[in-house]
Amino acid sequence: MRLKAILTPIVAVLVFLSLWEALVWIMGWPNYKMASPSDLVPAYIRYWNLFLVMGWQTLWRTVAGLLLAIVVGTALGMVMGFSRTMRDALYPLLVGFNAIPKATVVPIIALMFVGYHDVNTVLIAFMISFFPIAVSISIGLSTLEPEYRDILRSLGASQSTIFWKIALPKTLPEFFGALKVAVTLAFIGTNLMEIVSPHGRGLGALFDSGKTNADYPLMFAVLIALAFLGIVLYYVVVALEKVFAGWAERTPT
Amino acid sequence: MTNLIEIRDVRHSYQTQSGPLPVLDGLNVTVPTGGFCAVVGPSGCGKSTLTRLIAGLMKPDQGEVWLHGERVTGPRNTVGMAFQNPVLLEWRTILQNVVLPLEIVPTKLSRKQQEDRARYLLALVGLSGFEDKRPSELSGGMRQRASLCRALVHQPEVLILDEPFGALDAFTREDLWQTMHRVKEKEPFTGVLITHDLRESIFLADQVIVLSGRPARTQFVLDVPDTGPRDLDHLYTAQAAEMLHVLRHQIEIAQGRAAA
Ligand SMILES: Nc1ncnc2c1ncn2[C@@H]1O[C@H](COP(=O)(O)OP(=O)(O)OP(=O)(O)O)[C@@H](O)[C@H]1O
Ligand SMILES: [Mg+2]
Repeated sequence: MRLKAILTPIVAVLVFLSLWEALVWIMGWPNYKMASPSDLVPAYIRYWNLFLVMGWQTLWRTVAGLLLAIVVGTALGMVMGFSRTMRDALYPLLVGFNAIPKATVVPIIALMFVGYHDVNTVLIAFMISFFPIAVSISIGLSTLEPEYRDILRSLGASQSTIFWKIALPKTLPEFFGALKVAVTLAFIGTNLMEIVSPHGRGLGALFDSGKTNADYPLMFAVLIALAFLGIVLYYVVVALEKVFAGWAERTPT
Repeated sequence: MTNLIEIRDVRHSYQTQSGPLPVLDGLNVTVPTGGFCAVVGPSGCGKSTLTRLIAGLMKPDQGEVWLHGERVTGPRNTVGMAFQNPVLLEWRTILQNVVLPLEIVPTKLSRKQQEDRARYLLALVGLSGFEDKRPSELSGGMRQRASLCRALVHQPEVLILDEPFGALDAFTREDLWQTMHRVKEKEPFTGVLITHDLRESIFLADQVIVLSGRPARTQFVLDVPDTGPRDLDHLYTAQAAEMLHVLRHQIEIAQGRAAA
């Protein structure tokens, strides 16, 4: 059973890669139009150390942005979840901020912190990903049935006890739902910045250099590497969710 | 006999968008120590508000609430509450749910003793063997039993029940009524039970208070004669029928459908 759960996705990936290879081969596309998986192998072999260094750059900055988003998003969510006034005040601002396409913010931030590549990358990853976290926490807290509060409050429990014992654990499933979205968004943010910044680093920059040098297999190789990192991050969140909010999972009957 | 709960001429309004909404207006309730008082009244008349006042979760605009000779000014941990919604914490096992109040209320019990007490209560309500289950694995009636154990685990003086059996089917409900009697025998408390079920009120309580429609005041008090240990057959006696008839009529008056 366990083996099957691991093998199924691997087989699916292999099938996908063969179909891709076959498609390129049948259509006779040159590799500046569409590289095939077999073109990627030489690209990985040639640049493997770049992939490791740049991949690490992208990974840590995404995670740093995400951690910042978790801290700030949770704080904002708590403020909005506990106070109606703050919710009324902050919600329109946040929605407006979120509605701005981040592609337009990237060059602004890039200029604002020109020369501080790490700062502007982490910042954009944060800006793009804190919104779903803030919203999920605030909704989780504000929709907490009053009886849950009353059970502890009638015993004289403090607000912070109620938060730690009930409100926080109860919002964890929603929080992890939002975190899965945020991971993907943060990743997009990091890459946008890496591509746009002059003298950028990270996988985005590697992609950009592939573009300038017309090294198409390299560009595709970066895409696959990004997909791989994205999958890894996503499943890290899924694993954390299992540990901390596994109780919310209903076994289908 | 001393009165454990005394509510004297309480008035209370909620602030709403369309101005103040008077909910309680001249409410008087006294429950002696060890007594069990049922409160019935039209929907929305202010019964849950009354429970929140007794629990100290709110302060009345006017009038006084006394528990055990002390004026209630805020929550106190000698109160246990259970609601129509059992509000068990899904991330805890049943045992951990029942132990919860002991994590808040100062107690001399060790963790082991706390769990033993929870186990004892769960056994009392017929939930032995379910200690390590999650709430989602239990039926509605079983969850309500667990919720009852949680309300009792810290040995409260006052047990406040706000329509705890309202969402259960008739047979499960009657089962729980009998459980309540068993529990009260072993774990004495002074009870306030909000209910919509007149049969429930005379089966469980020794005093039934009928509230008028909103704003609620004490409209009628029925003393249920002490007939010793009760079983469900008591509900089918002429005496019970007479009491139900009187209460039914009072409810109709409260709803404004019959003249006083
Ligand atoms: N926090 C609140 N703010 C404003 N109005 C409220 C609030 N809580 C209750 N009310 C109103 O006060 C009235 C009494 O409410 P309460 O919950 O005490 O009634 P109830 O007798 O318990 O009703 P039910 O039988 O449906 O449980 C209702 O009309 C309700 O709409
Ligand atoms: Mg109510």
